[in-house]
Formats: sequence, structure tokens, C-alpha cells
Amino acid sequence: MTISIRSVQKQFGRYPALNNVDLEIADGELLALLGPSGSGKTTLLRAIAGLEFPDAGQVLFHDKDVTYASAAARRVGFVFQQYALFKHMTVAKNIAFGLDVRKGKDKPPKAEIAKRVDELLKLVELDGLGGRYPSQLSGGQRQRVALSRALAVQPSVLLLDEPFGALDATVRKSLRKELRRVHDATGVTTIFVTHDQEEALELADRVAILNKGKIEQIGSPREVHDNPASAFVCGFVGESNRFEGKVVGGRFTAGPLALPAPGVADGAAVAFVRPHDFVLAGEGVEARVERVNAQGALARVDAVLADGTRIEIAASRADADRFNGAVTLAIGKSHVYAA
Amino acid sequence: MTADSLAAQRPAAARRPLFRRRSAIPGFGLTLGVTLSILSLVVLIPLSAVALKAAELSPSEFVAAAFSERALAAYRLTFGAALVAAIANGVFGVLTTWALVRYEFPGKTIINALVDLPFALPTAVAGIALATLYAPNGWIGQFLTPLGIKAAYNPAGVTIALIFIGLPFVVRTIEPVMRDLSADVEEASASLGAGRLQTIWRVILPALGPAWLTGFAMAFARGVGEYGSVIFIAGNMPYKSEIAPLLIIIQLEQFQYAQAASIAVVMLVVSFLMLFVINAIQAFSRRFV
Amino acid sequence: MARARHPTEDPTWVKALVIGVVMVFLALVLILPLVAVFAEALRKGVPAAVEAVLHEDALAAVKLTLLTAAIAVPFNAIFGLCASWAVAKHDFPGKAFLITLIDLPFSVSPVVAGLIYVLVFGMQGWLGEWLLDNDLKVIFAVPGIVLATVFVTFPFVARELIPLMQEQGTSEEEAAISMGASGLYTFWRVTTPNVRWGLLYGVLLCNARAMGEFGAVSVVSGHIRGLTNTMPLHVEILYNEYDFVGAFAVAALLCLLAIVTLVLKTALEVAQPAVRGRGGH
Repeated sequence: MTISIRSVQKQFGRYPALNNVDLEIADGELLALLGPSGSGKTTLLRAIAGLEFPDAGQVLFHDKDVTYASAAARRVGFVFQQYALFKHMTVAKNIAFGLDVRKGKDKPPKAEIAKRVDELLKLVELDGLGGRYPSQLSGGQRQRVALSRALAVQPSVLLLDEPFGALDATVRKSLRKELRRVHDATGVTTIFVTHDQEEALELADRVAILNKGKIEQIGSPREVHDNPASAFVCGFVGESNRFEGKVVGGRFTAGPLALPAPGVADGAAVAFVRPHDFVLAGEGVEARVERVNAQGALARVDAVLADGTRIEIAASRADADRFNGAVTLAIGKSHVYAA
Repeated sequence: MTADSLAAQRPAAARRPLFRRRSAIPGFGLTLGVTLSILSLVVLIPLSAVALKAAELSPSEFVAAAFSERALAAYRLTFGAALVAAIANGVFGVLTTWALVRYEFPGKTIINALVDLPFALPTAVAGIALATLYAPNGWIGQFLTPLGIKAAYNPAGVTIALIFIGLPFVVRTIEPVMRDLSADVEEASASLGAGRLQTIWRVILPALGPAWLTGFAMAFARGVGEYGSVIFIAGNMPYKSEIAPLLIIIQLEQFQYAQAASIAVVMLVVSFLMLFVINAIQAFSRRFV
Repeated sequence: MARARHPTEDPTWVKALVIGVVMVFLALVLILPLVAVFAEALRKGVPAAVEAVLHEDALAAVKLTLLTAAIAVPFNAIFGLCASWAVAKHDFPGKAFLITLIDLPFSVSPVVAGLIYVLVFGMQGWLGEWLLDNDLKVIFAVPGIVLATVFVTFPFVARELIPLMQEQGTSEEEAAISMGASGLYTFWRVTTPNVRWGLLYGVLLCNARAMGEFGAVSVVSGHIRGLTNTMPLHVEILYNEYDFVGAFAVAALLCLLAIVTLVLKTALEVAQPAVRGRGGH
């Protein structure tokens, strides 16, 4: 199902949580809402779910205005960071809940509900655990139950609020892949909120980056990483070295560093250089290597520029030995924004 | 100091203490000893006197004393009124807690404090106040009399007094659970298509269940033993409106110590059963946390 | 455009209905009784009420009530501190059972609480003859009243302090002891300051119950005016003699005690949110 967010605004007291947000989500898409805490990403997700209502603007499901429709009427699947499982119900009862509460002819027969529960348990690889209580499950298992509970109602859209936030790193990684697999298997339009850029870039078809209630950029993971639209996106997505300086006549300077800045107005500016965009070269900026930490396929190099600015460089393992003492670095690609 | 001289200073280490020491904090033996001594002297030994006194009677005498017609009528009234009062508190206690936790309204702080009034107000004061209100010519009673309702000097009066006594037990037991009920769970229920009533009935009330039962049992247990607030409004008619604790006092006044003790034994057994039930409910509810 | 409601918020009419029902219920059960006490006390004007309170027997009852509380409350406070130190700061087998035993007096009918002391100290009791021979009186005398009061208020302080001390763990005490502090010093300088509000809370409720206890005291007192009559017992006597103004005047005094208790308790809960009622009795 396609979802359109049109000029949505929401204030909490005097603090604007959403400031004129527009967003189109395609049918079957897996979209990440990425941003720091307080950026409005959760508010946006909850406005789509019907758990929060905008002060102005519209939320459309398939061109139908649902801005003020109740959560119950929208048929969305919502997964909470803290699982929000019903503690007094078994896993199977939790999953069946959305079907059990239906009335009259909408309510499927018992046998069908049981079958659906079994299918979902299988989908999230929890077969046989239907009789357990949530308190008897691990965090990762609980979140899988929450996921299948949300899917049980065959939602038009699946919404996840920091779904992996409460889990430890290993479980997070495996559950991430699981969500992608479930998404591909069901084809349901999926939107998830995260503050973890690695998670967003790895999992999503498209990433919307929010800051202070506004969408800064929306695009494929590659697009937002390689061509960040703003200083905020550049700093938030991927690793980078940040330099504060000024632009004069299309050229950025900060201490010994000089970078091309075509089209950037004269005045104060910030520049970003990704760690792997520093490369050893015959000419360029002088730096002194302080420490080389070889790990995995990459070597991380801590170096200092002539004016004392610290930089971080990512080099291939093969090049690790060449980072020694004084080096000269060329800069492959940089991003400069007016401050 | 060398290790040798340290060891030499501790000849007592060879003696094995009664309880293996598990804590670096001193004073365990002293404080536990004092605690157990006081507990025994003030509570346990005197309580055993009831059982020993009742045991002076032969089994048939015991049954005659503890289960006479009059005693049975008193138990029926005591347990019946306590049960009805606990049910009333179960209903109104949930509503009161809901209003206190979920809503904002003027005077909420005062209402919240007032709920504890039965903990703070001497029971005799509650008794005479309730009798004044609900007597046939009392503030409230005068409106009930024309309707043919008698709310004092009969079992209804006993029930009213026990509602007063039991209310805070229900409210204060449910309150923390209701406060901790996360909004997430209700939102999850709504997003799964449940209506508000379905959410309340299937999600919120079951989550409150164990706390509600605990509060109910506590209110019931307290009601069974209550004396001060009841006797002023009960009427105290043998076989009709005479509660079991009063019967104990009546037996005492006639110097029927063993008979009084027999009735006390029955009440103690019920109290201990309630205590056991309450502990069982709490152990059961911990399974879900 | 109909404003949608957040799923956890009730419609206004539901709120109004619930609050309305609750208010009527609380008015009938809690508020009107409180009002009635003061109204009945002042039925014949302030002077009559004051006179009743200043009557010789009433003053004797006030004195006895204060004396009883002055013995029972500190005794139970010290017991509570002692028991909570043993239970909360140490581990030993049977701990849960011990806590249940400490809570036991709450489950015992006050009348039974009085009865057990009659059975121990009364004329026919275990120690009856010995007390008589030594010219000591417990039942129908002040010591019996104090004992009965200690019994019914026994768990108040302990049950407040035990969970509080358990929550605080033992790391601060261990730190103090590792730096060379003695056990007693640690207790007074580290543990007690951490639980002082909980202690105050327990003492407050303990005191309210001690001053207001009726059933247990009634059994052991003998109702001798001017000698073994506490305030609640004095209320009963006056009430049964149809001296309603007198009864309600003394009752009003006890109501004021209850109100002061509730105000202090609420203030304590607001100022020290860590100190909550743990289902007090």
C-alpha cells in the first residue's frame, strides 16, 4: 500500500516535533526513518499508526485520508521497542489477539486462527513455543513474537519503533536479517524507526533522515551516504572527519587543509572527509601518523595535521605498513557546506 | 602485621557458626537474636496460648464451643459481610484507582489522601460516625427508611462498616500495578484492532488480576477480624447481627476462656488460610513478570 | 472535523461518569463520616464540645493514650530497625518465613490480640497466680493496654524498612566497613540516614494505629474510667451512655489526629517519592 504524508505538523507544548513533513512511501517498500533522539521520527511513525494525531496536514493510505482515523480502524501492525506483549497471555494468544478481538463475520473460525498462529510462529522460527508465556522467552524471542503478532492481522503496513533497540548486539544483527527476510516473504510495506545508521543503511530500501522535525534527505542508502544533501546528513550518516573553516571563491580552507567547494557561497563553512577518502599520495596535506590499528580488512590510522587537527584514516590492510611517521595525503572526495 | 599473627588472632575461626556467614556486614547474630526474642515474646508465645487454651477442651466440647448455633450464625455474618464488602470494594476500588491514576480532576490530591483515612482513623470513631449516618433517623438513613431499606443495626450495617475498613487495601494494592501498566500495551491492543472496551476487558483487567485478588483477599481478611467500627452499627443481636469477634468478648465476659479461645482458633485458622492465599497469589503473579 | 482521541484516553463522558460514581461512593463511605463527627461534636456549640474534651475523665484518657503510644511506638521502631537490619542486610535460610511471622499481627483480629494476653496474664492465665502473688497487674491495667497496642502495631515500622533496605542493597555498608567503620557506626551514619524517611513513614502509621486501637485494648482494659480508659474506649463509653456530644467531641480529637497523619503522610510521599506506602494497615 502506498502511504502519503502531506505537510504534517505536530507540536508538543512549544516544541515542534514535526515541522511540515512530506513523504511518499511506495507499495512494498522497506523504509527507514533515521535520526537522533528528538528528531521527530517516532512521532511521524505514531502519526501513521494512529497513536498520535497531527495538528495539521494529512496522512493518506492509498489516497484515502486516515489522518484522524483511530488506530483500530487503520489495520496497521505496530512493533514496540519494549515489545509490549500481553504478559498474562501465552505466545499463541498474543499472536491470535488481533484476530480474536474481531467481531461477527470478520472473526475467522478458531481452527483458522490456530493455523495462522502456527504459520506465523514458523515464519519467525519460534515453532513449538506457542504455549509459553512472554516471561519465559529471551528478548530476541519476545520481539519475534511481537513481530508475528503485528503480522497476524495482515496489516496494510508494518510499523516498527526502534524494534532492535532493547536487544544486545548479536541478537540485533540476526533479527535485522530476519526482518528483511520476513519483509521479502510477505511483501508488506514496512517503515521502521532507528537511530542506528548502520541498521538503516543495511536494511532499508530507502532511508529518510530526520532532524529537528524535518526530513533532511530521502534516498537509497548509497545515495544518502555518497551524496549527503546537508551537513547534518553528512555528519550523521557514515563516518567522517569534520573540519570548520571558511570558503573564499569556491575554495574551502581550514588550517593546512584546502578543499574544492564549487558553488558554496563565501563565508564560514564545514567540510567532511570520509576516513577512506584520505589516500597516500606524492603531494597534498602533510600529516604525522600516531597510531595504526589493523583490524579485519581495514587499518584505522590516527594522524595529526600540521596545525594539530586530529584525523582518522581508513586504509586497506596492505597499505597499513606505509602509514609510518610523516605522510602526505591526498583527498579523494570531500563535502563542503555553508555553516 | 604478618599473615601468621593475623591467623593467631582468630582462634574462633575454628568454631563453625550456626549460620554460615554470607555477609561482610556485622551485627547479624545480635539483631537476629533480638528480633527472634521479641517476636517470640510479643507475638508467637501469646498466640500459642490460644491453641493451648482451646486444647484444654475435649474434642466434643471444642466443637460445641466453636461451632454452636450462635457461633455458626456469627461466622456466617462475619464471613458473609466481609465477602460482600470485599466485592463492593473490588468494584469501587478499581474505579477509584482508575480515576486517581488516569484522570486529572480538582481535589485529586485530597481524594488520594482521603483514601487512606481508614488506615488513620480509629475504628471506634468510624463506627460511631457510620452509625450516625446510616441509623434509620440518621443523615443518610432517613432517606433510606421510606424506601424500606434498613442500613444499620443489621447485616447491611456490618457490611457498610467493612466497606469503609477495606477500601484502601484494594486501592493501594492495585494502584502501583495500574501505574506501571505501560501505555505501549494498550496501544498495541488498539493497533491490533481492539475496541476500547475489548482493551479494558482483555488486556487491562487481566493485567490487574493478581493485584486485584490480593487486595480483595486483604480487604476480606481485615474485614473478618474487624471489631471497632462494626459493633456500633451492627446492632449486635445474637443469631442475627452478632459478629464472631464480639462473641469472643461475650464469652470472655462470662469467664468462658476456653470457649472464647475455641472461637479464636477458628478465626486464626481462617486468617492463616487468607495469608497463605495472598502469598500464593503473589507467587503466582511473579511468574508473569 | 472530528478530533481523534488517543487510544489510551477515555471519552469525556466516561471520565465524567467514573469520577462521578467514585465521588458519590467516597462521599458515602469516607467523606460524610468525617463530616458527621465534627458536625455532631459541635451540635450544641463549641463550648459544649470543649467542655467534654476537658472533662477530667477525657483528659485522663488522652494521657493514657499518649503514654501508650509513647511506649509502643519507640519499642516497635527499635524492633523494626533491628529486624530490618537482620533481614535486609543478611541472607539466611527461612528469611521469607520470618518476614511472614513479623507480618502476622496484621492478620490477627484485634479481639484475638487482646484475648491472647488475657490468656497469658489474666487471673486464669499462665502467669495469673504468679502475678497475683507478686502484687502485679497486667490485665485491666496499663501494662496490658501497652502490650495489646504493641501487638497490633508490631509490623508497621519493620514492613516499611525491610523492602526499603533491601532496595538499597549492601554496597554502602560494605564500603563503610571496608574503610574501617564499626558496625554500629555504619548503622547510624550510613544505613539509618538512607532510610530515615521510611522510618518516619512507618512511625507515623504506627502512631496513628497505636492511638486509635480499639478492639485489642477493649479486651484487656476493663474500662475503668480515669485509669484504664484510652481515648477510643472513652468514646465508646460516652456513646453508649447517650452522651453524643461528648463522644463525638473526643472522636473529633481523634479525627484531627487522623487528618494530621494523612497530611504528613501525603507530604512525605510527595517530598520523598521513594517512600511509598507498602499496603500499610
